[in-house]
Amino acid sequence: MKNCEYQQIDPRALSVSPSSAESHPGKTPPRPRRKWEVFPGKNRFFCDGRLILSRQSGVLPMTLVLIVVTCGLFFTFDCPFLVKHLTVFIPVIGGVLFVFVMASLLRTSFTDPGILPRATADEAADIEKQIDTSGSSSYRPPPRTKEVLINQQVVKLKYCFTCKTFRPPRTSHCSLCDNCVERFDHHCPWVGNCVGKRNYRFFYSFIVSLSFLTSFIFGCVIAHLTLRSQTGESLIQAIQESPASTVVELVICFFSIWSILGLSGFHTYLVASNLTTNEDIKGSWSSKRAGEEHGNPYSYNSIITNCCATLCGPMPPSLIDRRGWLSLEEPIPAASTLEMELPTFAEKNDAEMCAQSTKGVLERAVHSLDFHKLCLPGSPKTTPMGLEGSGSAALSPEPSASAGCAQEPSLRSVVAPCPRFSRGNQRDSLHSVNPAFRLASPSPSLSRAGFVLEDAPEVSFVPLP
Amino acid sequence: VWFQFHNLQDLRHSASLVTKVFIQRDYSEGTVCRFLTKFPSELDNRIERSLFEETVKTLNSYYIEAEKIGGQSYLEGCLACATAYIAFLCMETRYEQVLKKISGYIQEQNEKVYAPRGLLLTDPIERGMRVLEISVFEDQGSVSSSPSSSMSLAGGSA
Repeated sequence: MKNCEYQQIDPRALSVSPSSAESHPGKTPPRPRRKWEVFPGKNRFFCDGRLILSRQSGVLPMTLVLIVVTCGLFFTFDCPFLVKHLTVFIPVIGGVLFVFVMASLLRTSFTDPGILPRATADEAADIEKQIDTSGSSSYRPPPRTKEVLINQQVVKLKYCFTCKTFRPPRTSHCSLCDNCVERFDHHCPWVGNCVGKRNYRFFYSFIVSLSFLTSFIFGCVIAHLTLRSQTGESLIQAIQESPASTVVELVICFFSIWSILGLSGFHTYLVASNLTTNEDIKGSWSSKRAGEEHGNPYSYNSIITNCCATLCGPMPPSLIDRRGWLSLEEPIPAASTLEMELPTFAEKNDAEMCAQSTKGVLERAVHSLDFHKLCLPGSPKTTPMGLEGSGSAALSPEPSASAGCAQEPSLRSVVAPCPRFSRGNQRDSLHSVNPAFRLASPSPSLSRAGFVLEDAPEVSFVPLP
Repeated sequence: VWFQFHNLQDLRHSASLVTKVFIQRDYSEGTVCRFLTKFPSELDNRIERSLFEETVKTLNSYYIEAEKIGGQSYLEGCLACATAYIAFLCMETRYEQVLKKISGYIQEQNEKVYAPRGLLLTDPIERGMRVLEISVFEDQGSVSSSPSSSMSLAGGSA
């Protein structure tokens, strides 16, 4: 019994290290490291953890080049003429829009979208205990779901095998970044990052300002050509005067406008109804579901409130603490210490490993489909859709056409849990933990989006010994 | 006196960790950050129910304040939008201010209420707001302590 002198200790500085045997494999590194260096997701960090980007940065460089080149041509070739003939505000407006677009784009790309850090080993163990896995070890444990009541509506929370936690509502696991992201919207290759809770407003202002910018440049180029042809030259001569710039700008702007305007319109609809792309595509809250009163439980039932809540709501902090120092005793997040967990988790390990191997198969299938399904604004593939849908481009009923970004999120729920895919059970999914083989939530969107993945899980993967 | 007045540092180094109790999130109000106020059974004889519930309710009210959509958050949002979101780089958002208050509150609760009972709260932000983690240490001042605990005490206080 000793008398302790009372001292103020900052609880944040204390990280209670568990007494169970999990530790760093091997000796601790000599220099202190920041947490971003051991981050388990597929992300890249810059400026010592201040900036975060997905490892699959997609076509972000191309986006930047397109915007900069188009604006550069505009300022170099069109502005002098238009300043002389119209008004000096043309380059001013163009400049402001350009700054806005670039700032929003960079903010969207380099901001943490709302990544949920993975559960510590203790938490994972605690959740394990609470889940009743009353099965023998001969078959894999059933996928886990939990039901909660949100605004008098039943919402199923799924267990994420990678992050070892029950996902909060509206959270989804992005397979490209290998992270759970809160209020997951979609993974945008044009921006090179996921779009989620923390950067949705930046993304929205990016596409809105980009719509204005492309329309503005398009209008200015048309005005330029018109004015030139009015001053005596024919249209052909006018185009020949500045061939490259005009043609390039016209082409880029023309194709961008349709897709970007459509995307802006679609996202405006999402913002007004407080939906995410993920939910909209899956039809989670659509009224087509049989037998249940399904409305969006997160909506405030007022367009203004929904818009304000989504775009002007409080800015939540980043949960992953990229620049924090790694304390030497701190256990590395659960995923990498899988092998060191207690033997009672053998069943769960099986599930994890089998999910991983199937994930590989599915990811390969996804990537091959990606290249076909990716609606690239400006690419020749989408022009037929854009042109014939021009009348309804703003609010296309088929979001996958106008969304313009890879429909990655709809596949995530297929990949994460241990798959025995049976689509017949999708609709009656109000029953929680069903010991029969079935996925937590096979996404109905798979049929809508036309992905042929139902067969993929049947591809044989190596069963674990 | 059944409760020993512990130094928080001592708790960590010399007391042996018995278990960790995780208070999960309460999603009945949506995606707002809230924790369940249900009293966990592991804490049955460690702390009074009312104290625990008081702590969780206060934390919940802090989070509601942080995530409140009202005048100040609109102002922040519109100002940031007008400056092409460069304002967010310079100023501390309301959420961050409230988080600081929360960590101060947790530290105070740890000192006054939990450490004397051999418990330790971990700020939820350190666990990605998934759980409120309560570490349960062996009660060193307990009359009913078993010989094994005194042995672990001797071993751990090196």
